[in-house]
Amino acid sequence: MHAYVIRRLLALIPTLFFASLIVFVSMRVIPGDVVDLMLAQNDIATGQDRERIEASLGLDKPLHIQYVQWIGGALVGDLGHSLWQNTPVTELILARLPITFELGLLALFVALTVAIPIGIYSALYQDTAGDYIARSFSLLMLAVPSFWLGTLVMVFPSVWWRWSPPLEFVPFFEDPVRNLAHMLVPAILLGLSLSAVTMRMTRTTMLEVLRQDYIRTARAKGLSEPMVVLRHALRNGLIPVVTLIGLQAPLLIGGAVILEQIFVVPGMGLLLLEAVSQRDYPVISGVFLIVGVGVLFINLAVDLSYGWLDPRVRRR
Amino acid sequence: MTEQLRAAGPAPAPPRALAGAPARRQPVLRFVRRLIREKPLGAFGGAVFLLFLFCGIFADVLAPYGMNATNLTERLEPPSWAHPFGTDHLGRDVFSRVLIGAQLSMIVAFLAAGLATIVSVAIGNLSGYFGGKLDMVTQRFVDAWMTFPDLVLLIVVISVIGPGVPQIVLVLGLLYGIAGSRIVRGAVVTVRQEMYTHASQSIGARPPHILLWHILPNIMPVVIVLFTTRVGAVILSEAALSFLGLGVPPPAPTWGSMLSSDGRTYMYLGPWLALAPGLCLTFVVYGINVFGDAMRDLLDPRMRGSR
Repeated sequence: MHAYVIRRLLALIPTLFFASLIVFVSMRVIPGDVVDLMLAQNDIATGQDRERIEASLGLDKPLHIQYVQWIGGALVGDLGHSLWQNTPVTELILARLPITFELGLLALFVALTVAIPIGIYSALYQDTAGDYIARSFSLLMLAVPSFWLGTLVMVFPSVWWRWSPPLEFVPFFEDPVRNLAHMLVPAILLGLSLSAVTMRMTRTTMLEVLRQDYIRTARAKGLSEPMVVLRHALRNGLIPVVTLIGLQAPLLIGGAVILEQIFVVPGMGLLLLEAVSQRDYPVISGVFLIVGVGVLFINLAVDLSYGWLDPRVRRR
Repeated sequence: MTEQLRAAGPAPAPPRALAGAPARRQPVLRFVRRLIREKPLGAFGGAVFLLFLFCGIFADVLAPYGMNATNLTERLEPPSWAHPFGTDHLGRDVFSRVLIGAQLSMIVAFLAAGLATIVSVAIGNLSGYFGGKLDMVTQRFVDAWMTFPDLVLLIVVISVIGPGVPQIVLVLGLLYGIAGSRIVRGAVVTVRQEMYTHASQSIGARPPHILLWHILPNIMPVVIVLFTTRVGAVILSEAALSFLGLGVPPPAPTWGSMLSSDGRTYMYLGPWLALAPGLCLTFVVYGINVFGDAMRDLLDPRMRGSR
């Protein structure tokens, strides 16, 4: 198990390096000149001269030195300052990160409570009407854009019943009830889009597991059907689902950006969109980097838990 | 050796040329018949997609009004015979705008999915065929690339290079191209170990020749399925970007921008504005998704379940 953990951690290093390189290159090389954009877009920058801005951003140095300085700063938690608010980017991100995290967790909870029971049902009653309905629903959820569902939820209840989802953010520790009331609708929408894939996966793996010999053995020795399904089949059937959840982390974060925008949830996604509309490049690259690193670590956690859940993996 | 190689190169061509056009078209026809017989849902999806493609191609002819023809006396009219999907806050016909939206959607989808497929094939072939250090470095890069959520990556890059059709095609093409290269690579690695590849290598064929004549034809099923699934992903991503105001700039009527928060203000007065673009998106993506699934099952059973 130790060797497995160490191997997995070592494999993370090149990926982290490339991820940081992608962020660096997209922010420094593609735009031509960040300073031009700053001079053109930001009133703050007009008072200062070109060299001073270049020096303050470290742009007067060769690219590889710039990269080392930037990544060195990032490693100790210094991602630069916002061009507009003059607050450290790290501080801005830390304020928003827990909110997106909460939204993600709630969505995951919704997704699993919807997807796993339906997935199991679909596998147990394969090719029945219920199975077809469940599968059609999952195919449909893969096609419906979450921003459209969000728009519908905003518009129609308001037109029909003069009710619309609350849009005022309240910190969780200030008033958990109002906080949850606000987060619930975006969490359900995000969870539904995630549930489609999870449901398909649960169904597929359960079908596979239910055909195994040990399930026949369990039935043959007279165990009740719920016991066979929940104790014997589900435990093995859910292992690939755990990996899938890790793989879905990028989707979850991407979906969060849109739903945070619609429902005014001040998380990482809204921070990114605000930064984009203000062309606040240090904030954009900071969020970009943190999201990437965050996903990498979620995947790491999933892989490690996989090794813990499935003893066969450890020995490989 | 080179003469032998030349002789071996075009060898598969003559029988095809001799058979002529009808024989070449028949496999496609037979495939369509098999699709309808074995995968009716997939065939239905393909038909839905073709319908939208048709609307997109002939949008200029089909649209009863201009996409930006404003008529201030008919603002926010509910659906009627004159305006099947109603009119928006500037009196523009929503039906016409949805049709032109289909056109924009299809143009972006085919260009970006095409570019993505080319990028995937290029990277996948090089990485999968040559293997070794090149493969290792490429794969770690692809790992890192796939770490970033699609939408976050798109938002960041568009924020830097600015919105517009060429930029979106380029970014979506690169995004899905690099991510998809992994699937192509997997297929290439399998084909590389086949007897015919080794045979070609042993008579001294060069890698470009092997890649073009032996690897590429044999990974075509994977490439076709990849392209199909990418079309759906591109349509959704473009719509999401336009929804956020980072896609095709206004006044171009894309489905995403018709649903954007600017438009939402008027949806409270005219709820029909929220329906048509979203329904179109759902139908077209549903169609291409089930069609892609059916293609995958028929062409390449190994890819089943992978997305």
